Amino acid sequence: MSETQVLPAAANSVARPVRRSKWRAAYFGTPGNALVTLVCGALILLLAKLALGWLFVNAVFDGGADACKQSSGACWPFLTDKLRYMLFGFYPFEEQWRPLVALCLFLGACGVSMIPRVWGRGLVVAWLVVILPVLYVLMAGGIFGLTAVPTSKWGGLPLSFMLSFVGLAFALPLGIGLALARASHLPAIRLLGVGFIELVRGVPLISILFMAAVMLPLFMPDGVTIDKLLRAQVAIILFAAAYIAEIVRGGLQDVPPGQFEAGRALGLHYWQVMFKIVLPQALKKVIPALVGLFIAFFQDTTLVTIIGLLDFLDTVRTALRDPDWQGIAVLEGYVFAAAVYFLFSALMGAYSRFLERHFNTSYR
Amino acid sequence: MKSKFLALCAATAALMVGATAAQSATLDTVKARGKLICGVSLSTPGFAAADDKGRMQGFDADICRSIAAAVLGDGEKVDFVLTNINTRFQALQSGEIDVLSRQTTATFSRETSLGIDFGPTVFYDGQGLLVPKSLGVASAKELTDAAICTLPGTTTSQNLTDFFRSIGGKFELVVFESPDENRAAFYSGRCEAISSDRSDLASIRAVANNPDDYVLLPETISKEPLAPAVRQNDSNWRDIVSWSVYMLMAAEEKGITQANVDEMTKSEDPEIQRMLGGADELGKMLGLDNKWGYNVIKSVGNYAEVFDRNLGEKTKLGMTRGPNTQWNAGGLLYAPPVR
Repeated sequence: MSETQVLPAAANSVARPVRRSKWRAAYFGTPGNALVTLVCGALILLLAKLALGWLFVNAVFDGGADACKQSSGACWPFLTDKLRYMLFGFYPFEEQWRPLVALCLFLGACGVSMIPRVWGRGLVVAWLVVILPVLYVLMAGGIFGLTAVPTSKWGGLPLSFMLSFVGLAFALPLGIGLALARASHLPAIRLLGVGFIELVRGVPLISILFMAAVMLPLFMPDGVTIDKLLRAQVAIILFAAAYIAEIVRGGLQDVPPGQFEAGRALGLHYWQVMFKIVLPQALKKVIPALVGLFIAFFQDTTLVTIIGLLDFLDTVRTALRDPDWQGIAVLEGYVFAAAVYFLFSALMGAYSRFLERHFNTSYR
Repeated sequence: MKSKFLALCAATAALMVGATAAQSATLDTVKARGKLICGVSLSTPGFAAADDKGRMQGFDADICRSIAAAVLGDGEKVDFVLTNINTRFQALQSGEIDVLSRQTTATFSRETSLGIDFGPTVFYDGQGLLVPKSLGVASAKELTDAAICTLPGTTTSQNLTDFFRSIGGKFELVVFESPDENRAAFYSGRCEAISSDRSDLASIRAVANNPDDYVLLPETISKEPLAPAVRQNDSNWRDIVSWSVYMLMAAEEKGITQANVDEMTKSEDPEIQRMLGGADELGKMLGLDNKWGYNVIKSVGNYAEVFDRNLGEKTKLGMTRGPNTQWNAGGLLYAPPVR
C-alpha cells in the first residue's frame, strides 16, 4: 500500500522536470529560439492589449452614433441597434422569431447529424421529410396561421445557411453521380458528365448566377416567373456539383482498379461495387478537400448580392450604409461579420479533423 | 409525327399569346395579387434603405407606396424587390416587378430600346463635383490636372470627359469598385475631387467628419432626371403610375398634406374636389377607386412631405430642394391640371 502511494509521486517528480525542460528547449533552447519566443510573446501581448482596449476599455456601450463618433473604441450600440437587421434582413420585424427558431432548429439538427452514431438512412429521410419541410414552413408561412412571407424578404444569416448548406447537401449526391458518369465506360454518359463539368467549371459562379437571374426569365413565357431565390439555389447546386464531381473523381482514381475488379469478380453488380467498395474509400480520402470546398461555398454565397438577394455579409454592408451610422461603425460591422464567418468555418474545419480521425485516414 | 409536332408548336404559341394577353394588364395582376411589387435599389440611404426594423424607407420607396395607395387603397401593400444596376431593367421586362422606382435616369436609348416606358420625373438630379474647402476652388473650371474619384461604369466618367474637353482642361480619373472605398479615398485626400450625382454628393458630404470642410461646386455637368419605369405597351398602367406621381406634386401645389387631407375633402376648390374624389369620377377613368387621390396623400403625404422626410434638410442627407421645387417657385415640378 505504501508502495502504491510512493510510485505516482515518484513518477510525478520525474515527469515534471522532463516536461518543463522540453518546454524550455522548444521555446528557449537556443538564443535564436529565445528571441523568437520573446518577440512573438510581446506581439501577442500587444495585439491582445489593442484588441481588449478597442473592444472594451475605450468602447461605447450606450448612447448613439454621436457618442461613437467621439470615441476611438468599438461601437456596441451599432451592433445592438442593427443586430436584428443584420441577422434577418428584410424579414418582417414582428415575425423574426420564425427565422430565429428555424436557424436554431437547423443548427441543432446539423449538430446531431454530425454524430457518427446517428448516421443512416433514417437520418436522410428525417432531413427530407421532417426537418427541411418544417424549416420551409417556418420561413415561408402561409399555413398553420403563420403569415406568408415571400422569399424576396428572406435575408441575412438564414439565407446564407440555406444557400450554402442546402445547396451543398443537394450538390453532393449530384456531384458524386457526375464523378461516376465521368469515370464511366459508357461513352454517351461519360460525354455528358465531362461536358457538364467542363462547361460549369469553365465559367465563374457570378456568371451562372447572372444567367439564372437575368437571362432565364427572358426565355420564359410572359407572366411566368420562377422564384428568384429558387433560381439562385439551383444555380449554386449545379455549380457546386461540378466542383464536387472533380474532387470525388480524384478520390475515385486513388482507389486501385483491383478493388473494382475484385468486386466484379465476386459477382457484385456495378452499383454494389461502387456503393459498398469504391465510394467509401474514395470519399474518405477527399474529406479535407470537400470541407475546404464547403467552407469556400459558405463564404461565396455573398455573390448573390448581384442578383438582389441579401445574405449575411450583404445585410451587414447595407446596415453600415445607414445614414445615421455611415462611416462610424465600419470596422465594427466587418469585425462582427468576420467573427460569425470565422466561428462557422472553424467549426467545419474542426469537424473535418474529427472525421479524419474517425475514419483514420490522415496521411502520415 | 410531323403534324403532331406542328400541333404542339401551335398549342405552345397559342399558350404564349394567351399568357401575353393576360400579362398586358398589369393593373389586373396587381389587384388580383393584392400587392404591388416594386423594384428599388439595394441600399441607397434617402432613396431606398432598410431602417433598424428592416422596413424599407426612402424617396423611391415612398413613390412605390403612393402607387400602391392609388391602386389598392393602402400604401403598405407593397413588396419591395431589391434590384441592382445590372438586373433592374430585366426584372421589369420579365414581369418580376410591376414598377421600377430605383433612381433611374430616363434617357432616349433606354426608353426606345429596352421595352420600357418612363413615368414623370420624380427627382431632377445632375452630376456634380465635391471638393475640400482647403483646395480653394470655387468652380469646376479651376480644376486643372485634378485627380477625380468616381465609381466605375455608368455615365459618370463619360460626363467628366465631355465636360473637361469642353473647357479644354485635363483630369485624372481614379476609379473605385465600391462606394465605401470611393468615399474613403476622397476623405483621405487620394483625390482632389469626387464626382457623382449631386444627391449622392450631398450624402457623401453629410457623413464626413466635418461636413463644413467640403464644398459642392456650382456646376452641374449632366442632366439626370430620375423617373419610375413600367413595361411598354400598358398605357393604363403607365397612366396610373404617372398620375400617382402627379398627385403628389399637385397636392403640394394645392397645400394638401397628410395631416389636413380629411379637412380638404370639404374644400370648395373644384380641382381639390376632383383630386380627392368629391366631384366627377376621375378614378374610374383609370380603373381605380374614386378615392385614389385621397389614398395617395393619406398614405405618404404630398411631394414636399415625401422629400423632407427622406432627403430634406432635417435628415442626415440634408438636401435642399434645388430644381425639385414647384414651377411657381422657380422649380421644375409641374403637374398637369387634374380635370
